[in-house]
Amino acid sequence: MKKILTSLALIGLVAAGTAAFAAEEGHNAAAPTHFPINEPKEMSWSFTGPFGTYDKGQLQRGLKVYKEVCSACHSMNLVAFRTLSDLGYSEAQIKSLAASYTIHDGPNDAGDMFDRPGKPSDHFPAPFANEEAAAASNGGAAPPDMSLLAKARGVERGFPQFVFDIFTQYDAGGPDYIHSLLTGYDQTPPAGMVIPEGTHYNPYFMSGVSLKMPKPLSDGQVTYDDGAPQTVDQYSRDVASFLAWAAEPHMEDRKKTGFRVLFFLLIFGALVYMTKRRVWADVAH
Amino acid sequence: MSEGHSTYTPKTGIERWFDARMPSPRLIHDSFVSYPVPRNLNYMWTFGGILSIMLASQILTGIVLAMHYTSDTNLAFDSVEKIMRDVNSGWLLRYMHANGASFFFIAVYLHIFRGLFYGSYKAPRELLWILGCIIYLLMMATGFMGYVLPWGQMSFWGATVITGFFSAIPLVGNWIQQLLLGGFAVDDPTLNRFFALHYLLPFMIAGVVVLHIWALHVVGQSNPTGIEVKSKTDTVAFTPYATIKDAFGMIVFLFVFAYFVFYLPNYLGHADNYIVANPLKTPAHIVPEWYFLPFYAILRAITFNVGPINSKLGGVLCMFGAIVMLFLVPWLDTSKVRSAVYRPWYKLFFWLFVADAVLLGWLGSQPAEGSYVFMAQMATLFYFAFFLIILPVLGLIETPRRLPNSITESVLEKNKGGSGHPAGATAAPQTKG
Repeated sequence: MKKILTSLALIGLVAAGTAAFAAEEGHNAAAPTHFPINEPKEMSWSFTGPFGTYDKGQLQRGLKVYKEVCSACHSMNLVAFRTLSDLGYSEAQIKSLAASYTIHDGPNDAGDMFDRPGKPSDHFPAPFANEEAAAASNGGAAPPDMSLLAKARGVERGFPQFVFDIFTQYDAGGPDYIHSLLTGYDQTPPAGMVIPEGTHYNPYFMSGVSLKMPKPLSDGQVTYDDGAPQTVDQYSRDVASFLAWAAEPHMEDRKKTGFRVLFFLLIFGALVYMTKRRVWADVAH
Repeated sequence: MSEGHSTYTPKTGIERWFDARMPSPRLIHDSFVSYPVPRNLNYMWTFGGILSIMLASQILTGIVLAMHYTSDTNLAFDSVEKIMRDVNSGWLLRYMHANGASFFFIAVYLHIFRGLFYGSYKAPRELLWILGCIIYLLMMATGFMGYVLPWGQMSFWGATVITGFFSAIPLVGNWIQQLLLGGFAVDDPTLNRFFALHYLLPFMIAGVVVLHIWALHVVGQSNPTGIEVKSKTDTVAFTPYATIKDAFGMIVFLFVFAYFVFYLPNYLGHADNYIVANPLKTPAHIVPEWYFLPFYAILRAITFNVGPINSKLGGVLCMFGAIVMLFLVPWLDTSKVRSAVYRPWYKLFFWLFVADAVLLGWLGSQPAEGSYVFMAQMATLFYFAFFLIILPVLGLIETPRRLPNSITESVLEKNKGGSGHPAGATAAPQTKG
């Protein structure tokens, strides 16, 4: 019986193994079936790791890129001006920044809607009145809201990478994806690939060979006043960091609290373990 | 084991006053202080306590979250983001609750596998086991409905797919589906009733947990040898022995839990759930929460019709059947020996079953195409074969190892250097952990 069972077990394992390899079928470069074509590049970010913090200068540059480029099409409905104090802005700076926006408000006492300058408690106003208008102005695809983009995008990591990610605390899937996508334009598609009309080839796009958004950034487009390089790569890093903050504004607080909690549990656990040893010392178990 | 005299003697006036009217201090003393537990329990027996604190944590964080949450399809997603951004420590509450669900399931799976390994379901613990299965079923319903509440893309599409299963049931299927949804598709009525039920079910779980603990205290805990307690030397008092061991187990578990809450809070979730639900836009791959993936793989493995049963109904039947198997385990296992420690063949198949469950989980996360389908079919076949063929047959043909005469004997043997066990490498595996 031992032999029968061992061979059965072996057959099962071998079948599972070969099937796993068979799943990795060859692919055709001109008609890929799995997206993105290229995995996002893993960048080094200030906010990853157990002690990660946002780089305020970088967030300010990212906000500038958002304001001058992205915000033409992308809303950021969940982010209030008041929260920009996280980026190192003073109350007065936030007030004047908010006031530079026009907010549609109302109705007033007379029952009329009216426009007024923004206040710190307002959120970033959306570039389009509604999703239909956004879609109509952008070739049929509404540009996604950016408030949570850094958490709402992430390319599947696959086995065994997703196991390692637990130990390396990899939490930059969204920012890596955004950076790779923004720097992934201007590439020549493989010969024979069909790029639908009105779309733009980008091998880092996670839902197809191309996307509706044309290349949004070019070198020198946004002027930095802190001496950071004015390149597409730098803009992409900065805006990706800014979006990471927008999606997870309490990240620093979270990681700081986490360190204290784990430290406490470690000490407490050690004490309880020693107590346990003492309690059980005279009882064989 | 709970029979026998209570050793409680009220010492203070207040205790005597209560003891004469409603002896709750006596109940607590008898259940959590003097209650005898086998002396050889290993750390796999700490998950009962761990599960209790996870349930309490889920209920407490959940009640506070409910104070800030709005179950309206137009407002739900933003109300969750309001919690994340503006509510004091709201991010902590929500991440504890979302990851708490996952860790609740991690603990319950380890608890179930422990029961399967050590044969904890055998007489007289069948009812205890079944109550546990009911808790698990209620947990699945609660977890599923809770995932719908943030009203993200996976919430919406997961709810659409899972409620769609019910339409496969002949005759009454469509009626059941519409009753669940409160309409013809997932919409505002669905969200509202899921919220109400998501708030109700945890209290039902707590009720069944009380029954589970009651049944446990009648039959007593099983133990790694699977031999019943025979004398006083086989047991130790719950406090301090089990209390301190449980406390250490809980802290280790909470350490891992906290690691995820604070450093990888979105690791166990799906990125698409940060996109607001859109009924007009189907995600590329609809995947349920990780703890449902093995059952999802079984559902999708049935791609063929069997007589009058079409593949859809077949998949649903297999998926529910996979859970029904657990309920039947006490009667499917024919072995007279409880613990896998003394059952070499069962031990092998047990670990193959664990591997199979993990494989099914992984397959559930992959698209149902190409060779994945075949693998899922094979894994499903093994899943059912384990319960329906291996468990009954193995009990009849397997020759178990020699059992020690008592818990005390096994403990003393082991402490002498494991002379009672033939193989040095596997000596006293019952004390692992």
